[in-house]
Amino acid sequence: MNVLKMEHISKSFGDNHVLKDISLTVDKGEVVSVIGPSGSGKSTLLRCATFLETLDGGTLSYLGENAAWMEDGKIKYAKNLKPFYKDFGLVFQSFNLFPHRTVLKNIIDAPVSVQKRDKKEVTAEAMELLRKMGLEDKADFYPYQLSGGQQQRVSIVRALAMKPEILFFDEPTSALDPELTGEVLKVIKQLAEEKMTMVIITHEMGFARAVSDRVIFMDGGVIVEQGDPEEVFGNTQSERMKSFLQNYNKD
Amino acid sequence: MTVSKMVLELAIAFEQTILIFLLTLIGSLPLGLVVYFCKKSKVAPIRWITELYISIMRGTPLMLQLMVVYFGPSLLLHISVPSNWRFMATIVAFVINYAAYFAEIYRGGIESIPQGQYEAAQVLGYSKLQTFFKVILPQMIKRVIPPTTNEVITLVKDTSLASTLGVVEMFTKAKQIAVAPKSPGMLTFLAAAIFYYIFNFIVSAFMKWIEKKLNYYR
Ligand SMILES: Nc1ncnc2c1ncn2[C@@H]1O[C@H](COP(=O)(O)OP(=O)(O)OP(=O)(O)O)[C@@H](O)[C@H]1O
Ligand SMILES: [Mg+2]
Repeated sequence: MNVLKMEHISKSFGDNHVLKDISLTVDKGEVVSVIGPSGSGKSTLLRCATFLETLDGGTLSYLGENAAWMEDGKIKYAKNLKPFYKDFGLVFQSFNLFPHRTVLKNIIDAPVSVQKRDKKEVTAEAMELLRKMGLEDKADFYPYQLSGGQQQRVSIVRALAMKPEILFFDEPTSALDPELTGEVLKVIKQLAEEKMTMVIITHEMGFARAVSDRVIFMDGGVIVEQGDPEEVFGNTQSERMKSFLQNYNKD
Repeated sequence: MTVSKMVLELAIAFEQTILIFLLTLIGSLPLGLVVYFCKKSKVAPIRWITELYISIMRGTPLMLQLMVVYFGPSLLLHISVPSNWRFMATIVAFVINYAAYFAEIYRGGIESIPQGQYEAAQVLGYSKLQTFFKVILPQMIKRVIPPTTNEVITLVKDTSLASTLGVVEMFTKAKQIAVAPKSPGMLTFLAAAIFYYIFNFIVSAFMKWIEKKLNYYR
């Protein structure tokens, strides 16, 4: 069963054709890493998948349910997108925690007020997730009182508390000091071991190689190369990816 | 008139000053939010009218606006006004004037909130209304406290403009007392000044207290 299915996705900003006929299917339990140069459209792809941007063309479905499709040559979205929001979670590069709310409130509010779940139950689950992340003593803290790595782990918990089928990450460690990336990557790795379905945009090549079932290399709005990480990194086919990795290793 | 009688009379009229002050805030603070939404409306004519309204409110003297609201209905529209129209016109003029200023302050506050806050809320499935009341409004309030404090302090002093329409608030009273025979004269204005000063002192302290209360996060 595929959790996410995107077919022939296209998206432009004015004259800038950012996504050109991209297709991406993610199976349950699969971990997919997306790499590629700046401006290649990686974020736009995730933002289209999470309804933060509107598609120009293509098909988008979760768990076999169409959220967007083509009709008479035009994109058409499902009338009610609300049910789809429980299918996915998104972790942002800049965390985007709500600064005026405690860690616990950040986590439990959406499950309670959007999903209408029992507050006691949600709180217990939230505390369990915080414990798992080593943050149980931070429940009553405000985001500004936490380090970047802690804030990012809280935002992962916030996404997990919605019980999504798939979790998207847009460069989850890029805003962090190097010494803090490890703690966040460790958490994502742990989720991968628990068979959480994930799509991760990252610049951490070693991490992508170690954690993913599939690596996708994007450039210029298309998927240039994809496959098993050992295959893609060990035996790179395309010149574009070769030069990308070379430039990358130089830094 | 003795000094203590004068102070007592001012104190009694001061009740009207406080009433104008409070009614203006009760009306204009929420109305400012409505004006902000109209300014951001998807319907272009609503936006234009709102822009025009804001620019007129900010570009013309409040004293003149008081006159227009007071005389407008009877002179221009030939509507018979209620007996307490003096007071009501004052409140109406103050409310629509201050709402325009507050709308601009709210705009500054709301537009300074990072886009990521809206996106995080959207991805969590919050409705537009939930996003506004749970995420945006609380953060906006914190951001607008300092400029709002400035406006509120100005309002304390602006209440004296109600005397333009002959509403007997403290300033009108002070003028009446000062010109009356055997009055304490200039001392009356000094007393009025002290009243305003103390009132503003309390208002500032109150706003500072709110600001402190909201300092629990950054
Ligand atoms: N809201 C927008 N309006 C206009 N252009 C945009 C918008 N969002 C993205 N773009 C453009 O789309 C292109 C792809 O951007 P995108 O953010 O998807 O790249 P990316 O692969 O995530 O890059 P990075 O590694 O730097 O995050 C860029 O040229 C960018 O300028
Ligand atoms: Mg990006």
